[in-house]
Amino acid sequence: MSIEALPAEVAELAPATRRPGMARMLVRNPSVVIGATIVAFLALMGLLAPMLGTISPSEINPVFRNKKPGAERTIRADDGKEMQFVHRFGTDSLGRDVYSRVVYGARVSLIIGVTVAAISVAVGLAIGLVAGYIRWLDGIVMRFMDGLMAIPAILLAMGVVSLSRAGVVAVVIAIVIPEIPRVVRLVRSIVLSIREEPYVEAAITVGTPTPTLLVRHVLPNTLAPLIVQGTFICGSAILIEAVLSFLGIGIPPETPTWGNIMAEGRSLFRIFPHNIFYPGVFLAFAVLAINMLGDGLRDTLDPRFAKRV
Amino acid sequence: MLAYVMRRLAATIPVMLIVAVLVFLMLRLTPSDPAAIIAGDNANSEQVAEIRKRLGLDQPIHTQFVIWMGKTLQGDLGESFFFKKQVTELILDRLEPTVSLAVFTILLAVMVAVPLGVLAAYRQGGWLDRIVMGFSVLGFSVPVFVIGYMLIYVFAIQLNWLPVQGYQRLGQGVGGWLQRLILPSLTLSVVLIALIARITRTSVLEVMNEDYIRTARAKGQTEGRVLIRHALANAAVPIVTVIGLGVAALIGGVVVTESVYTIPGLGRLTVDAVLARDYPTIQAVILLFSLAYVLINLIVDITYTFFDPRIRY
Repeated sequence: MSIEALPAEVAELAPATRRPGMARMLVRNPSVVIGATIVAFLALMGLLAPMLGTISPSEINPVFRNKKPGAERTIRADDGKEMQFVHRFGTDSLGRDVYSRVVYGARVSLIIGVTVAAISVAVGLAIGLVAGYIRWLDGIVMRFMDGLMAIPAILLAMGVVSLSRAGVVAVVIAIVIPEIPRVVRLVRSIVLSIREEPYVEAAITVGTPTPTLLVRHVLPNTLAPLIVQGTFICGSAILIEAVLSFLGIGIPPETPTWGNIMAEGRSLFRIFPHNIFYPGVFLAFAVLAINMLGDGLRDTLDPRFAKRV
Repeated sequence: MLAYVMRRLAATIPVMLIVAVLVFLMLRLTPSDPAAIIAGDNANSEQVAEIRKRLGLDQPIHTQFVIWMGKTLQGDLGESFFFKKQVTELILDRLEPTVSLAVFTILLAVMVAVPLGVLAAYRQGGWLDRIVMGFSVLGFSVPVFVIGYMLIYVFAIQLNWLPVQGYQRLGQGVGGWLQRLILPSLTLSVVLIALIARITRTSVLEVMNEDYIRTARAKGQTEGRVLIRHALANAAVPIVTVIGLGVAALIGGVVVTESVYTIPGLGRLTVDAVLARDYPTIQAVILLFSLAYVLINLIVDITYTFFDPRIRY
């Protein structure tokens, strides 16, 4: 039946009931706009780190240790030219430029946040789909997840880190493991509610094989909540990485991460608080922006979930 | 009621058993040989074999688990590789600072967050509401150690009101003990305040439109009593639930806060144990913190009947 065949008043109503486009709704949400702008700014900062007036973040300079922000120093380049360099954020106790370390630190933090979010969502989705759909596995998997959830996240991460040599891979795995049960629970609850829907029953009736059913009917319903959840995981992963590095059990100290810069600044905090303040401000801003983005995404993409919280 | 408590207590056993299995397997996954570590660098292979036998490490893995579980239930958590002491002794020694800090923090957080949340809900959309909501987003985002160092900088270094770091045992005087707990608890309570204030606001908002609120106002009840006796009392269950869940954040925060303020508690012990790869201590601390988390949430569940008499078991 074409639209002309409908009674006039119904045809007139049709366009009004259409929802505004998702993209437009996202752009209208202030949390999404502010959050995304700050995240984009930080990502750009990490990406363009070598061009932002930085020097090597790991270059040690014993003469220029523990300088206050604004200290100047003459740098001789390879071609013999001399230039004035200002340590905008000062230097640390090994004479490394804190500004350069903070700018390069954005790289590590964001990469870890995104990697952890992607892996936890992918693994959690796979386990959650299986647990939600295969009845006999459900009990076993969920009891196991309950056990994992009973261990506070940072402790579990610390325990996992202690099993191997410190490094980026170990830290990523250590942060992923506590996040997985939360994703599994979310996916499983969606699967359990979706499998009762008439269209899923209809699909089963016409003989759709289970894998096709999961991919075509169940998977799309998990997409919006998982994007939201993934954003929050990204934020919490950045925080946990900073905590682990700050405690000295995360990424090796020579790598410039915000947590490492702060760990380095701990001993001389009373005299040189800048080593803690500058990376701390960037870290807080990054997590704040990601959480705002997550809140905004939740309100627009997943209104049912937003109501529950 | 008692039957319900017993049933819930029994339900925590499988969860704790899984935690125990995970923690036990963690130790067995380590690349190092505990017997060799305990024996030290100068031991010969017979001595190592002797220790291995004494610890039961030559038994099959399920037998080892049963032995370990039996010992753990009797309070024998093994010997620390690093501190060369019984882990149980080590933990008892570090318990007081952590418990003081945790109790102080929860009290502080509830006392600040609940009134803030109620007032924010009462004046929904007003300036206080906006500040509370803004603060709660900020509280989730600013890392505990950044808050800690900011407070140290302002109150201990610039204003010189409170000691910078350290801890004093309760036995050595209440004044010094309190004085050294103020900044750490304040630091740690920020996340909890954010969490609790937000939930209080949401759940009070939900009940404010109920008929009984209108009735209470109609019979001439003062606004204060309407808010406390009628709104808050009915909104209590989600608030108590979130306090229980917040304990996980609290435990994570304790680890960091004790490092920032150099408090010799369980959190600091955990960090030292991880740095030294002291597996028996790591196992014990994870087990203990998880048990505390599970039990606190059990208590929270049981208090539901107290806050909402409609809930019957």
